[in-house]
Amino acid sequence: MRAAKLPVWADLTLVPLANVVAAFFVSGLVVLAIGENPFNAMRVLISGSLGSLEGISFTLYYATNFIFTGLSVALAYRAGLFNIGAEGQAYLAGLGAALVCLSLPGLPAIILLPLAIVAAGVFGAIWAMIPGWLQAKRGSHIVITTIMFNWIATSLMAWLLVNSMRAPGSMQPETKSFPPAALMPKFDGILSLFGIAVPSSPLNVSFLLALIAAAFVWLLVWRTRLGYEIRTLGANASAADYAGIGTTRVIVITMGLSGMLAGGLAVNEVLGVQNRLLLEFTSGYGFVGIAVALMGRAHPVGVVLASLLFGMLYQGGAELAFDQPRITRDMIVVIQGLVVLFAGALEGMFRTPIAAVLGLFRRTDEPDSRSA
Amino acid sequence: MELDAIVIVLGSGVRLAAPLLCACLAGLWSERSGIVDIGLEGKMLAAAFAGAAAASVTGSAIMGLLAGLSASLALGLLHGYAAIDRHGNQIVSGMAINMIAAGLTALVGAAWFGQGGRTPSLEGDARFNPVLFGMDPLTIITILCASLTWLFLYKSRFGLRLRAAGENPAALETAGVSVRRIRYAGVAICGLLCGLGGVYLSVSQAAGFLPQMTAGKGFIALAALVFAKWKPIPALFTCFLFGLLDAVAIRMQGLSVPGLGFVPVQAIQALPYVMTVILLAGFVGRAIPPRASGIPYVKEN
Repeated sequence: MRAAKLPVWADLTLVPLANVVAAFFVSGLVVLAIGENPFNAMRVLISGSLGSLEGISFTLYYATNFIFTGLSVALAYRAGLFNIGAEGQAYLAGLGAALVCLSLPGLPAIILLPLAIVAAGVFGAIWAMIPGWLQAKRGSHIVITTIMFNWIATSLMAWLLVNSMRAPGSMQPETKSFPPAALMPKFDGILSLFGIAVPSSPLNVSFLLALIAAAFVWLLVWRTRLGYEIRTLGANASAADYAGIGTTRVIVITMGLSGMLAGGLAVNEVLGVQNRLLLEFTSGYGFVGIAVALMGRAHPVGVVLASLLFGMLYQGGAELAFDQPRITRDMIVVIQGLVVLFAGALEGMFRTPIAAVLGLFRRTDEPDSRSA
Repeated sequence: MELDAIVIVLGSGVRLAAPLLCACLAGLWSERSGIVDIGLEGKMLAAAFAGAAAASVTGSAIMGLLAGLSASLALGLLHGYAAIDRHGNQIVSGMAINMIAAGLTALVGAAWFGQGGRTPSLEGDARFNPVLFGMDPLTIITILCASLTWLFLYKSRFGLRLRAAGENPAALETAGVSVRRIRYAGVAICGLLCGLGGVYLSVSQAAGFLPQMTAGKGFIALAALVFAKWKPIPALFTCFLFGLLDAVAIRMQGLSVPGLGFVPVQAIQALPYVMTVILLAGFVGRAIPPRASGIPYVKEN
């Protein structure tokens, strides 16, 4: 029952493609089952996400969130650590950014924004390093601990936003607005300086930061000593130990970096769009990171591509829910789950059929055994 | 607090503990057989929806129970297929099931009943009503399940084999027992128990389904499982403790405790998770999972 051996090119293109096609095929069946036309839904989805400049900007804005959380999951995955806590880490990162923006209101943007971004990164990192340390030193399983830390973060933030950080006189569990200097520059604003008019959208400079982060992760993992240690740890923990790699140090640092990357979600949402801290601003984007990392095979390039696809799904899904009210935005969560199932848990399922099909090029008249 | 207030809190603690206990025992059966399951939440949610939907369409709570059990069983077997036959990552599969259930229940509910994802309100025979000491049949079944789990896990041949599948599958296979079959039995029982918990939420505790109504109960059950060190009787007490904490949190909303002052509700809600992290870290006691759990078993040829 071992998975079939495939050429590298097939492993990197055909297998992920088959997995995604299977996920979309089942999604199509779901759309059919609730009495709508899947092809029509697909058309609305694509035209809603790529059919206009506005659609594209929103797609890239959503993709920003997913690049950050996807990189967060992917980096930890390279070290053999399954970080399910990106959601909670991003939530805490929002707290870091908010504390800076609310306590230093007089600063100019050029100082305030970098400070807020650093604070977001540090808070996210700390919330991830504790489970990392517990795994390395105390042997508690990182999956369980990061799940628990997500829920602890939810309670902690609810308590802070309801009791101590709520804007005076407001009933909403959210802080007052940050000073205008704390708002990440938006693309529509920047382009209008050059006389180019684009429709208004939440797309902001965080998108560029996300791309830089992807390049940084690639450099770190494949071009540095720490990256080598991370990959060794992920490939074989006891070998890493024998080789004299300080596994505790690598685990804690990797989790710290992973949490920092998750913090990028807070930069895009809190500093880029909301300009205040509010309840549940992470809205599940941290979990999308898991789907994105699996689909992108824990490689930065794959993560960026998968993020663009999920960005399309989120933007196109919003248009779809507007156009065909029976297909609510929950459809995206279904697709997301199916992608995690096929690209993650059932990842090897299409290897054997693909290997059989590739083998056919040497033989003749065997029927195509692929079912999806 | 006065005496009757204590009785009220204890009573609501039991009611809140019952679905937790179902999910916790479900996780126990799966993980003791060697299959890690973080998809308890998703299975409960699917069962809660299927149960309420079937009960409202047929007007019968029993039909609701059957539908809920089937939905959860199907997801359990899907997890089993990914984990046992495909040697897939069990965490990833559990995560996928949580997402699929969260999306599908809301999507189908909205399209089917047109009430924003809710099912119509259940009345009369479409709901389980109290039969004994204010407890409905599902509560009684749940408590029975805890004792039966203990009995079968420790006193039957099947239980011994199941535990062996989770600790040392190679030894079990050497003894001529199929690890694959035992593990499938584990995930199937897990599916049925999650189903019971889910139906309890929507057909007994509440009168219908609300989107995302499990609200993290599957994860509290997971925490309880770790806290109970994967053992049935401690699971019973842990779930009761966590249910009680929930009841206290609801009761204390906006109340000030003499001597302690104002205790934030969120602190009580976070307590199960914090306690589990502390126990898992081995600062107090030690929680060690079944040795082979999470590792796909590959039969030697």
